[in-house]
Amino acid sequence: MTLMRDRTLLIIFTLFVLAAPLIFAPTGAAYPDLLQRFAIYGIFAIGFNILFGLTGYLSFGHAAFLGVGSYAAVWMFKLLSMNILPALLLSVLIAGLFSLVVGYISLRRSGIYFSILTLALAQMSYVLAYSVLTPLTNGETGLQLRLDDPRILDAAGPEGFLPSTNLFGLEMREVFWSPTVFGYDLQFNWGYYVSAVMLILSFWISIRIFRSPFGLMLRAIKTNQTRLKYTGVSTRPYTLAAFVISGMFAGLAGGLLASMDPLAGAERMQWTVGGEVVLMVVLGGMGTLIGPVLGAVFIKYFENIFSKINDSVLQGWFAFMPGWLDNFFVTIVSPFVGKGWGLTLGALFMIVVIFLPGGLVDGAKRIGRKITGADRRAAKVESK
Amino acid sequence: MDAILLQVLNGIDKGSAYALIALGLTLIFGTLGVVNFAHGALFMLGAFVAVTVGKILDISKITIDPERLDFLGNPAKIRTPYVTEWFGDFGYWLIEWSVLVSVVVAIPVMVLIGIIMERGLIKHFYNRPHADQILVTFGLAIVLQNIIKAVYGANPIPQSAPDLLQGSVDFGVLVGMTKDTVIYPLWRLVYFIFSMVLIGGVFAFLRFTTFGMVVRAGMADRETVGLLGINIDRRFTIMFGVAAAVAGLAGVMYTPISPPNYPMGMDFLVLSFVVVVVGGMGSLPGAVLAGFLLGIIESFASMPLIKDAIAAIGLPAIDQIIIYLIAVIVLLVRPRGLMGKTGIMEE
Amino acid sequence: MSRLIMNRRGLLKTGAAVGAGMAMPTVLTAGGHGYANAPTGSTVTLGFNVPQSGPYADEGADELRAYYLAVKHLNGEGDGGMMNTFSSKELQGTGILGRKVEYVTGDTQTKSDAARASAQSMIQKDGAVMITGGSSSGVAVAVQALCQEAGIIFMAGLTHSNDTTGKDKKANGFRHFFNSYMSGAALAPVLENAYGNDRVAYHLTADYNWGWTTQESVQAATEAKGWTTVANVLTPLTATDFSSYIAPVLNSGADVLVLNHYGGNMINSLTSAVQFGLRDKLVNDKNFEIVVPLYSRLMARGAGENVKGIYGSTNWHWSLQDEGSKAFVQSFGEEYGFPPSQAAHTVYCQTLLYADACERAGTHQPCAVVEALEGFDFDGLGNGPTHYRAEDHQCFKDVLVVRGKENPTSEFDLLEIVEVTPRAQVEYPADHPMFAGGALGNCNNG
Repeated sequence: MTLMRDRTLLIIFTLFVLAAPLIFAPTGAAYPDLLQRFAIYGIFAIGFNILFGLTGYLSFGHAAFLGVGSYAAVWMFKLLSMNILPALLLSVLIAGLFSLVVGYISLRRSGIYFSILTLALAQMSYVLAYSVLTPLTNGETGLQLRLDDPRILDAAGPEGFLPSTNLFGLEMREVFWSPTVFGYDLQFNWGYYVSAVMLILSFWISIRIFRSPFGLMLRAIKTNQTRLKYTGVSTRPYTLAAFVISGMFAGLAGGLLASMDPLAGAERMQWTVGGEVVLMVVLGGMGTLIGPVLGAVFIKYFENIFSKINDSVLQGWFAFMPGWLDNFFVTIVSPFVGKGWGLTLGALFMIVVIFLPGGLVDGAKRIGRKITGADRRAAKVESK
Repeated sequence: MDAILLQVLNGIDKGSAYALIALGLTLIFGTLGVVNFAHGALFMLGAFVAVTVGKILDISKITIDPERLDFLGNPAKIRTPYVTEWFGDFGYWLIEWSVLVSVVVAIPVMVLIGIIMERGLIKHFYNRPHADQILVTFGLAIVLQNIIKAVYGANPIPQSAPDLLQGSVDFGVLVGMTKDTVIYPLWRLVYFIFSMVLIGGVFAFLRFTTFGMVVRAGMADRETVGLLGINIDRRFTIMFGVAAAVAGLAGVMYTPISPPNYPMGMDFLVLSFVVVVVGGMGSLPGAVLAGFLLGIIESFASMPLIKDAIAAIGLPAIDQIIIYLIAVIVLLVRPRGLMGKTGIMEE
Repeated sequence: MSRLIMNRRGLLKTGAAVGAGMAMPTVLTAGGHGYANAPTGSTVTLGFNVPQSGPYADEGADELRAYYLAVKHLNGEGDGGMMNTFSSKELQGTGILGRKVEYVTGDTQTKSDAARASAQSMIQKDGAVMITGGSSSGVAVAVQALCQEAGIIFMAGLTHSNDTTGKDKKANGFRHFFNSYMSGAALAPVLENAYGNDRVAYHLTADYNWGWTTQESVQAATEAKGWTTVANVLTPLTATDFSSYIAPVLNSGADVLVLNHYGGNMINSLTSAVQFGLRDKLVNDKNFEIVVPLYSRLMARGAGENVKGIYGSTNWHWSLQDEGSKAFVQSFGEEYGFPPSQAAHTVYCQTLLYADACERAGTHQPCAVVEALEGFDFDGLGNGPTHYRAEDHQCFKDVLVVRGKENPTSEFDLLEIVEVTPRAQVEYPADHPMFAGGALGNCNNG
């Protein structure tokens, strides 16, 4: 039964992801860069959910793995080749190793102590990357490609131009098809589809982990770690494995970010970025399969679309009203959009935590239940 | 010697800010069992109470002076604050001492904010997991920050100390050293004394009043106190208000040291959590002790001499990571912190 | 959905310079016109990418005001501002190349990641043909690199690090603002006059690229005048309390403290330094002095009383009395009620310079615009005769040395101009070692 449901979920998810350039067209978000970010932060959140959603261990330090992944990828572009495959492999590997070290240290503690340990380790990485590690990270300006990088595997490109990241010749920034559908100019982009395939793969792995005995063990740790310990089970190997897996997902996300846009900045490692992925998972619904992706889309949409709504755009919206009413509405709305997007996001986040402890997925379920009456079975199509 | 004394002074000064915030954080945790990520925001709100008081005192009557021109060549506007118009010299005195006026204003305002926060939001989270408490207070901190940014902008707003307390004193002479070796800003000394009084006040309140006794009993065993027919919830609510006021006052007094801007709370938040953990979760003396200790260690780590020495053994920029490093070491070696009990929050 | 329709209808209806916030994507690959985002209709879209959250949000807000003003002037509304004093007379108030100027805005958050995301959306979604803005060097360098790859022109806003037109220079990027080297070169003679040539300096430097380049420049320039440098201590970017860095200065034997800090760092370190009584001290029989290499009015406002009498450099100041500055202050002041900051001035100039280059080139095509801007000599934009150097896309113009005013008459009147350092004195060869290690590359049409 679960197997069937999972398969359906995976198929629906795949279709949605592949059709995203069309689906998001009416929302103004269907341009390659933002779609790529949806997918990449989706991967980041899926990975984080394996740790936080299943074991309940709240890490504030996962931004460090994202950053390390990005740095690793950019170094591969600089030294080896613009092909993203070796870059991604190295990102995952380095982030995995780094998370093994961090996880080994911080998992000696649990609860808030664990959170603060991860926070402290991530902040250390951030300040070091910003300042003394500059030869490795290029500090404030971020690590980027240069014309005189060796790139030993690549043939020399045209003089004076930077080569672009590619997957065996498919250029990440190329829009390979731009049809007009229902009046919308769509952009189908290689970079997005590479990220999308990775997202679908990650989603599939996440389903497998959720349904495996390993996943069951992680959930048991969340429910009652003490009892597990009394029964003679050592939980540390399991939590460490979950930590490293989520770290590798973060590394993959970091590597993909660098593949789509070859620059790695130190801010990517700041604890607030680590806090953002927590927000994503909680907003979407922690411990659910689809929730983290929803949360990632939600937050990135806010950050990129809401922050661009300035007063003149608002005036455009309310232009059909009489002048005084128009101004009134612009005054009312403007503190919440444009430069005030953070306020709206914070408030929505609070509302979700207070009223929907299960996140957006929970909200969708409740609405679904309302619509179909009290028929719980029908509403339970979701992951759990 | 003088250099060491200077850094000790710097350390206890920084430490007193850390200690005040950590004290409030621990009070909330100890009484209500809530991990409050909005505590840094309370510190920031306190600082902006001072800014608001300053602005209110500065509300001015505008008269046109045809003699002078402004930058556009129009007649200049002359501003006379209403308080000076109404109260004369006393008005000028109020503006001059606006930081102290703010302290008086901040106590009821911050207690009220604390109580509203507890009744309106935190109350509903007693039975939710700590992760939920962290998340909802984190969200609240974001919202509070953005409100302050929308009202006051992002640029720091300078607040000056009263003339009498500005400038510096020769601290070296006071302790019998040669002249001009240890010069220290007067206001920072005031800040230290103020925080000692405040910390002492909170401890005395908890130790010597019946109210405090009940609260302490409630911290130790909430259920039994409740069974004795004492309304412990109401007292805990008031304690939340007290904790908010402590954080707020720390913020008010901090404004002449560092001009406040909206992200300042977040800067202190991470630090104060480190302080609480190092001191030991739930231990009030631990929080204070750790605050001072970390302040002093941080000050010494930023001395060029020590910085270079540590860099020479392969650890560059020790001043940037020392706090986190200590947190990591303490958590690994002595997880209950300096004075905490074992097992708290280890779920 | 209905919102969207409203938006589009509204756009047509108001006919004002309206940003296309939620409008549909515009085609962007190098299409029939041979370059990215070639404008096809009757409008052309510019992207204003400034910090709207984070510590520099107020600076970003002032930049936006100047952009709005520039758009108005370009479209023939308002009094025309510096368009009237600009030495090039191509701009007629009819938009750019006859196309009405529209704009989109975005929030860089002062983070390179967010800034690039925001710039990408302007390029990919809104069809912006030029991106401009920024209030820190990290962001400027990051967005400049992005624009280079996307084939879009980047007109940098406030960015002071040598690297922007040094090792990180790009063919599609241009900087009107001055840089660390120029600050050092302009400050040194003034400091020599004011404080003598046997001073001992102690540097506190923010521990990241901009801090390092500024420190290096100021140290080199002052040492050339005979000063010695006793120490350079790096301070964490995240520091808010600088007391433990200031305290050792007292007994180091130094008699000048140079604060290579910007924004909140500078406000806090200067406040601490003054509170520690440094300025009342006598060292080596000389008055102890403090120097802040890069000033901005917003920083001066944040530091309040403490800036009085302290030297620094700035790109432009509203109290300048040339025709261009007067015209700009007049039209900005009429619009917003207070004088513009240097950030506002530089972005206003950049917008006009871009528009003018398009007019002269007869197209928006990046390579043609680059050619029009390279080696361009102009005047009337408030900085005297100015030259856009072809080798590194850096503007060369007079630099202002300013001092915190003792008796300010208003909250904007905080700095006074001590000297206008002539351009010749701050010029340097394009292959100067402080700027070495990068290459412009070729211009990119996308």
